[in-house]
Amino acid sequence: MVDKKALYQAILEGDANQSKSLAEEAVKEGVDPKSLLDESMIPAMDEVGRLFESDEYFVPELLIAARAMRSALEVIKPLLAETGAKPVGSVAIGTVKGDLHDIGKNLVAAMLEGGGFEIVDLGVDADPALFVSAVKEKGVNVVALSALLTTTMPGMKKVIEELESAGVRGQTKVMVGGAPVTQRFAEEIGADGYSASATGAVALARQFIGAA
Amino acid sequence: MPGPVAKSPLSIQDLDQFIYGSTPNPVHCRRGVEIGTGTVVPEINFTLPPIEINESTWSEIQGIYRETIDSICQRAVALEVPSFLVEFETLPPMTVNPDWGVDITRILVETLDRYHDQYGLKGALRLTPNDNRDHERPPLMRRGRYWEKMVELFERGVAEGADMLAIESTGGKEVCDDALMTGDLKTVVFALGVLSPRDMEFLWKEMVRACGQGETIPSGDTACGFANTAMALADQNLISRVFAAIVRVLSVPRNLVAYEVGALGPSKDCAYEGPYVKAITGVPISMEGKTSACAHLTHMGNIAQAVCDCWSNESVQAVRLLSASAPIAYLEQLAYDCRLMNTASAHSSEDAIRLRDWLVESDASLDPQAYVLRPDVVLRISKEIVEEETPYGQVRRAAQCTFQELKRANENGLLHLPKREQKWLNRLEPVIQELPESEADLIEEMLPNLDRSRFLPEEYGLSV
Repeated sequence: MVDKKALYQAILEGDANQSKSLAEEAVKEGVDPKSLLDESMIPAMDEVGRLFESDEYFVPELLIAARAMRSALEVIKPLLAETGAKPVGSVAIGTVKGDLHDIGKNLVAAMLEGGGFEIVDLGVDADPALFVSAVKEKGVNVVALSALLTTTMPGMKKVIEELESAGVRGQTKVMVGGAPVTQRFAEEIGADGYSASATGAVALARQFIGAA
Repeated sequence: MPGPVAKSPLSIQDLDQFIYGSTPNPVHCRRGVEIGTGTVVPEINFTLPPIEINESTWSEIQGIYRETIDSICQRAVALEVPSFLVEFETLPPMTVNPDWGVDITRILVETLDRYHDQYGLKGALRLTPNDNRDHERPPLMRRGRYWEKMVELFERGVAEGADMLAIESTGGKEVCDDALMTGDLKTVVFALGVLSPRDMEFLWKEMVRACGQGETIPSGDTACGFANTAMALADQNLISRVFAAIVRVLSVPRNLVAYEVGALGPSKDCAYEGPYVKAITGVPISMEGKTSACAHLTHMGNIAQAVCDCWSNESVQAVRLLSASAPIAYLEQLAYDCRLMNTASAHSSEDAIRLRDWLVESDASLDPQAYVLRPDVVLRISKEIVEEETPYGQVRRAAQCTFQELKRANENGLLHLPKREQKWLNRLEPVIQELPESEADLIEEMLPNLDRSRFLPEEYGLSV
């Protein structure tokens, strides 16, 4: 019988091979994939987030844990789909038009994925139309916008305007972040929220979808 | 690949000669500006407040630059600044559209000329076109529209009268970024020891050629996209500071390539690895520290000043403060810092060394990134680096030496590392020990694992 605690530990320690084989073993034994996700995998990533927040883990440990989470998730994903279980929520994330910085964006994406969100990564220098399509075609619950330059911050407003023009603004929440971005700026451009950190972004996304 | 580097002694071998303001190979510019001849020169850089850059805003943007440089020059005259540099670091649209980069260059040159003619103000312009090559993914390093526009701006900037040409080059960054985030030192070594030096050789030959078409000095580069990314991540507690400190020293060999192919200095202000460049090549360096808190935070605020030849603020937005526009306020801070350093030097070399040592001592034990900038540590590691004949060999040796320096400093109590940083020191030891001796072996090991949608080996002259 697979020890769910062992899967939790494998993710916590970032052991992707171990998390994958434990997930495979569990699936073979007929363990409910939703219970693996809810009782081992997401709690493990929550603990990783806590260790990160309390300055015990750095990002590399966090990303390695996220990789281990992903390995296990790939094993159980098809089964989750069969049972009708859905991800916690979905997020379209990207760095806005004209801006090529992706480190912060990738970090937030990894943390959100670790938190059980499905990620639609629109990359860097992302055209506003891509965010509109993600809402229209993929029904993402949250749009997450990143910018590192003062000169590209206005691109965030453009995305919100495009969502409004396309008539889908009400179908999604918009969060913004990046070094020069502030809560006040978020309010000025009509975003629903701002986060100064990756873990804060996960909490905000959970709050948006009522899973906080 | 860059050819073998001739083994050479350090340009500066004596700790007492390793001091701010003076360097064996000074630089002389138009308008009487001298760098490295005994005094430290302030270098002011400013950028735009939040504004879109397009045809409709261009006139307003020109006005911001015109007004700001005029106010800077006025303040420099009022403070009797002996000489100063202005850095114009283009924003991406100003390189994509060189007409815009040239417009601003012209405004700056004309204003510096006018103040020189009217007041005898000694000012020089450093033009730093931004490296746009990574606007395409995977980046095209040696061809394509972004590269062509960069070259156009190099040449037209020289023709327009920029006194110096510099860059923050990005070759290898597409590989390094992820490696920094995952703490993957071997991949960082590949980026900084294999890819980046190849790109530096290609890029800097082109920049030196462009400078030769006029009176522009090919000045210097920075590992901003590598070591400063690591520094910024470490400052936010996202990655280990020990890791960031090692990355800093690993960025030295790539910078040396620029000087091997003709750059003369000063190095770029945000090249915190500059002291190594100065010790090895003898060219003057620009540095920034506490005065660049407007652009980014740092744990090297004082120590960065210890052996600088130009003292910079990195970049500040042209926004209004209580006193004046921010660039004017920052020029003033830089001017006073330089005045103090130069006053100490004017008294005696012992006084200058005393001030240098206070700047060093106040930071060095508190952060490994500061520790590796201690002048004595810089000289020891530099001496090891120049023993190697290839950039990869230099990077490998730099990793080994820096690790040993940090380990010893931690054991001796010269550096205070918290537990989780000590964990990283232990974690990096086997990775450094196992770096292959041969560059070819590392290339063979790395290439199959790298994502070709993000990185093209042929852009670095590597055959697949």
